[in-house]
Amino acid sequence: MQLQQMYQEIILDHYKNPHGRGLRDPYDAESHQINPTCGDEVTLRVSLDGDTVRDVSYDGQGCSISQASTSVLTDLVVGKPLGEAFEKMDAFVELMQGRGQVEPDEDVLEDGIAFAGVAKYPARVKCALLGWMAFKDAVARSEGAKA
Amino acid sequence: MTTTATPLDVVGVRADFPILGRTVREGKRLVYLDSGATSQRPKQVLDAERAFLETANAAVHRGAHQLAEEATDAYEGARQKIADFVGVKYGEIVFTKNATEGINLVAYAMGNAATAGPEAERFRIGPGDEIVVTEMEHHANLVPWQQLAARTGATLRWFGVTDEGRLDLSDLDELVTERTKVVAFTHQSNVLGTVNPVRVLADAARAVGALTVLDACQSVPHGPVDFTALGVDFAVFSGHKMLGPSGIGVLYGRRELLEALPPFLTGGSMIEMVHMARSTFAPPPARFEAGVPMTSQAVALGAAVDYLNAIGVDRIAAHEHQLTEAALRGLAAIPGVRIVGPTDVVDRGGAVSFVVDGIHAHDVGQVLDSLGVAVRVGHHCAWPLHRRMDAAATVRASFYLYNTLDEVTALVDAVREAQKFFGVA
Repeated sequence: MQLQQMYQEIILDHYKNPHGRGLRDPYDAESHQINPTCGDEVTLRVSLDGDTVRDVSYDGQGCSISQASTSVLTDLVVGKPLGEAFEKMDAFVELMQGRGQVEPDEDVLEDGIAFAGVAKYPARVKCALLGWMAFKDAVARSEGAKA
Repeated sequence: MTTTATPLDVVGVRADFPILGRTVREGKRLVYLDSGATSQRPKQVLDAERAFLETANAAVHRGAHQLAEEATDAYEGARQKIADFVGVKYGEIVFTKNATEGINLVAYAMGNAATAGPEAERFRIGPGDEIVVTEMEHHANLVPWQQLAARTGATLRWFGVTDEGRLDLSDLDELVTERTKVVAFTHQSNVLGTVNPVRVLADAARAVGALTVLDACQSVPHGPVDFTALGVDFAVFSGHKMLGPSGIGVLYGRRELLEALPPFLTGGSMIEMVHMARSTFAPPPARFEAGVPMTSQAVALGAAVDYLNAIGVDRIAAHEHQLTEAALRGLAAIPGVRIVGPTDVVDRGGAVSFVVDGIHAHDVGQVLDSLGVAVRVGHHCAWPLHRRMDAAATVRASFYLYNTLDEVTALVDAVREAQKFFGVA
């Protein structure tokens, strides 16, 4: 059944038991992203320690795909240098925009590879990227604040 | 509604819609429950559009040749059919790109009244004036009014919605006052299915000299609607929700109002006389149809009206009533499902929105899709209404003449399947 390809166990696990959820202080910048077609939203904060992502905290409401992908995001980027975090983001975006044709690298994306099936459903790609867009925006804001 | 009428022959109707024969998602029978977003088109409508293009296509209202004459006749003939369909006169129907454009046309024309002649006096709007809408509006009947208020300094006010999804008219006298210039509201909510008391609002507006603008997108396709009897000043509906093509919508305006209303879009076709520094404008409806209009779409919409008339709009309304009743009953029987909107069929059309505890609407929709059941998920362009109803997003099934009771059962079964899949049953 196609449905299981999209809703991998890993995704459902992250959805039911999200990692890093909740908004925490202190933080350097915050981003609020919405998906105007469905009304899903996420508020995400980043806390940086120099060039390292010290913490990512978030809150929001949305479908299993958007919530699980934000949970996976925290696993992938917290504790990592910004450069590496962005490499992972680029790999995830490439996977999601690949319409199911991109072979994900588990060493880079870890649980994120479970989203390969989602990429076959163009309407859901935005859901999977919601938290990542918030992360990108929050980092840009924190850099803007420093400059 | 006549009780003696024979019921709609749904098997015969379905045979007219080629798309209903296809399968989706690994061979699942298509159960199309998204007609509130867009309806499917019968062969008769598709054939009419093709026949026009193969035999009579030309730019209308210009050209000295036979094709131009035939195309113009076909285009204006469609206007007459559509006018008859909604109980108004030929010259009171304006073709627009869609219903959204029809509402914008009225809102922008009102904004333009400030610099138009004295005949446009009654459309002028500014600080101290009020525009009244409702909390259950589609964004198409909300955002243009917000914008008109922002451009002119007028104030936007609105009717609330009750917990059960009815319009709250308890403050009617405070909302519709001598300050009110426009009352814009939906005939039938695209989310709740609620049918609003048009006459009550139209009477209240008329009593204070305010204009009424009715969003009839969800009513005209589904049953008998007579704008003259309803007493509204303007109304809009879209072609693609009533078995016709996309790219065409209809604006109704009471003749004397259209005659005084300044133009919105300007250019070719809508003029009377053009000089280098100034122009005068054609009478309605031409004044509001700048440029070469959508022609085959108008012809096909006329064919859609023929089709609906042949089936009978009373019969369609009765059929949908039965489907809606079955859907409300079936969904209400599932623990964890909450209907967003009236749970009875009194003054209620065939849009049934709901939430499923523990599963986001997108995820419900995905499971339904995997079973061939096509529904809409999200806020359905009615975000403030969803906020009011404490729902971030809903699942909406919407019915039309080609849907069957078996499809309602398929919907209900699929919702139970979604609960099982996400472990919330």
